[in-house]
Amino acid sequence: MIAQQRKIQHLFWRAGFGLTPQELNQWQGKKLSTLIDELFKESQKALPLSVVNLPKIASVNRKKMTAEERKAFRKERQEQSKNLNRAWLDRMVSGKGRLREKMTLFWHGHFACKTPLPYLSQMQNNTLREHALGKFGDLLLAVSKDPAMLQFLNNQQNRKQQPNENFARELLELFTLGRGNYTEKDIQEAARAFTGWGFNREGQFVFRERVHDFGSKTFMGKTGNFNGEDIIKIVLENPQTAQYITTKLYKFLVNEEPDTQRVKELADFFYQADYDITKLLQKIFNANWFYDEQNVGVLIKSPVVLLVSTRRNFGITFQNKDIQLFIQRVLGQMVFNPPNVAGWAGGKYWIDSSTLLFRLQFTNYIFLQSDVRVNDKDEGDVNVENFRKTGGRKLKATVAWEPYLKRFSKEKNRKKLLAELEQYLLQSNAAVSTEEFLKKWQNEETGNFVKQVTLALTALPDYQLA
Amino acid sequence: MKRRNFIQKSALATTGTMMIPAFLKAFELQRTVNPEAAHPIVVIIQLSGGNDGLNTIIPYQNDLYYQLRPKLAIPKEQVISIDKKKDLGWHPALQPLQSLYDKGWLAMLNNVGYPNPDRSHFRSMDIWHTASDADEYWYTGWLGRFLDAHCEQDCQAHTAIEIDDTLSLALKGSELKGLAMQDPRKFYQMTRSGFLKKVSEQKVKGDNNTAYLYKTLAETVSSADYVYEKSQVKQTAASYPQTSLGRRLKTISQMIQSGLSTEVYYASLSGFDTHVGQVIKHQRLLKQYAEALKAFVEDLHKSNAFDQVLVLTFSEFGRRVKQNASNGTDHGAANNLFVVGKNLKKAGFYNEGPNLSDLDDGDIKYQIDFRDIYATLLKKHLKADDKKILGKSFNYLNFI
Repeated sequence: MIAQQRKIQHLFWRAGFGLTPQELNQWQGKKLSTLIDELFKESQKALPLSVVNLPKIASVNRKKMTAEERKAFRKERQEQSKNLNRAWLDRMVSGKGRLREKMTLFWHGHFACKTPLPYLSQMQNNTLREHALGKFGDLLLAVSKDPAMLQFLNNQQNRKQQPNENFARELLELFTLGRGNYTEKDIQEAARAFTGWGFNREGQFVFRERVHDFGSKTFMGKTGNFNGEDIIKIVLENPQTAQYITTKLYKFLVNEEPDTQRVKELADFFYQADYDITKLLQKIFNANWFYDEQNVGVLIKSPVVLLVSTRRNFGITFQNKDIQLFIQRVLGQMVFNPPNVAGWAGGKYWIDSSTLLFRLQFTNYIFLQSDVRVNDKDEGDVNVENFRKTGGRKLKATVAWEPYLKRFSKEKNRKKLLAELEQYLLQSNAAVSTEEFLKKWQNEETGNFVKQVTLALTALPDYQLA
Repeated sequence: MKRRNFIQKSALATTGTMMIPAFLKAFELQRTVNPEAAHPIVVIIQLSGGNDGLNTIIPYQNDLYYQLRPKLAIPKEQVISIDKKKDLGWHPALQPLQSLYDKGWLAMLNNVGYPNPDRSHFRSMDIWHTASDADEYWYTGWLGRFLDAHCEQDCQAHTAIEIDDTLSLALKGSELKGLAMQDPRKFYQMTRSGFLKKVSEQKVKGDNNTAYLYKTLAETVSSADYVYEKSQVKQTAASYPQTSLGRRLKTISQMIQSGLSTEVYYASLSGFDTHVGQVIKHQRLLKQYAEALKAFVEDLHKSNAFDQVLVLTFSEFGRRVKQNASNGTDHGAANNLFVVGKNLKKAGFYNEGPNLSDLDDGDIKYQIDFRDIYATLLKKHLKADDKKILGKSFNYLNFI
């Protein structure tokens, strides 16, 4: 039996980024169905990120710049990229619209895209955010018309005379049907239908009629004078799309090992519900099996979830504003910078010797300000800034302990206090015995005891799971 | 006999080794008593950023080269003329490699690449690391899958070591991932905290993520022990250049000479993304590369450890043939690649240089798929199942 508190935490881990101590106080004892409603309510409105302005970015003509200007331009762009990265992390930490943000993160990995123009990254991110809980069909169409994706997958170069298949291929392989559910001919025909889809200097979608192929196409057994919208419609009519998306979402929200029968039922439901993402999520969060032991505390936290939730748990503010970029790079997930169009592999792929050692010492680096003797990789691209340093560095940060200590100092019985901390910090019972912590710090005053135990619990491999 | 005693004692004296299953321990000891049972070793040097191959191996009799690179071309009189028959020479900074070339220890393969080349650093590096086709996305690296295959007999992270703080995709398998460390002592110290060590001794059964995390930790700690203890066996006296690559290769040499069971070593040199002001940057990088490699090979040779080693140097792509407006070059496609070893079947230039009058959108066309080279290395040198590791069969080449 999973305790009620753990169930609540489970919901907030999966639908958000964990609970702060204050939120735990606030939500503890509420019914799950109430909390689920609350989650959707607080995510009703999409609050866009707006830290990068358009005029300085998209409308400049790089060819006419002097070397100095180009350098300044690159520097500005780099600065904006950092600001954007930080702004999104801060948003996740804030808890505002957490379900929408969590789903934006999911779609960010699904429609993985990288552009050198931060304005376009921001715009795409806002597109994902706007449709994150809406209809998948609307989301897919919006992403397909979004400048970042048009640029990343070369649809700007997709012309009638010389079709470029890049977007059409990924649309079918990675965004909707999955490998093995279409033919090479389907890709070629779909590419023809998307000819002429591009964007202008203001970052707006344009349909360039002159270069669009108005001829007849045969796509997935249907023939007609198809355009891009038609292709998307046909792809959505195929239940395989619902199956593909539902499986991926299940792995992200529930369990990396999908239960075939259950996923099939969910996919059918999703298809019948006209790809309504909110309805699918409600079904998942309200299901009893969602809170089964086999689904609780079994996902490896992604670097972003680890970073954001740890900041939330302990009210951490980093003093060096670029240090979070370093953390993301070392741990292998930097938002707005997926490895390729297939997104992050996730799960066990987050973990190797180096990332695991860093993860286990993460709170140690912050709480004790111990030296980090690790550098991120220099990948050799002149446009990507590295954070290499010889000798040690510190993750300089302030920790707002008060709310945490307030929550966890009422319990006078140390054994019970330990159990409370364990319950809050670990989503499954620790694989090692934690009784030793009691003995070790029993003579410490409560505040110190809480801090020491917290440091120890967060240094366990079990803290990496949620 | 003395040495054997020492190793046995020090290995048993540490708690870390206790976690290595008994049959593996036996295997290890066997290796130290039979130094002649040397195993094959591959050392990969990655030039990150896209090395300008055309200014590395230079077609110095080709007018097109000088026309397309008015400010960047290496003047004829400065080129080290290596192979007069093929009209190919070297950038003067590669001079330290001359002695390796003269001894027949160096092979150069021209026009190496893959179909539908990608000109993004990340994507192209991805393709080189995973060995996928350009339109496929794989989550494991080719050396990682070598580790996976290796696991059937001997499943240890230190079978592949990258000399860096973070691990490259190339060394990540689905069952097993290699180790990344700057140097054995630093890595060892990182695993020394009493708490971490204690936690690492916890056995967690099952195939869930909890067990996976604990298992990875146990492997990390025991491998850190193993590598640190073993690599103390032999300190190299050779002198290396005080550069980042020099230090990395020195660390690798020490590990090889100490008789580690590691079969793959990986090191990178970065900075090859020379869009602007290429002349000085490229010169400095090639010099660093050549000096470090020369010191490494000579060191291994002197200590009788060179026979079993093959060094492969690659970059994610070459650069555009025509120079750009900032006295640099932009991202290109096919490139040349260096192989160093003592028992090469075909040393010198493996094939002709690039045809500069037949380009693919301004870039050199590929003739040799890089996966042919991987397959050759896996099959002929590491004696591994290349088809399984690479997912299909490629052509074996005859440089080894």
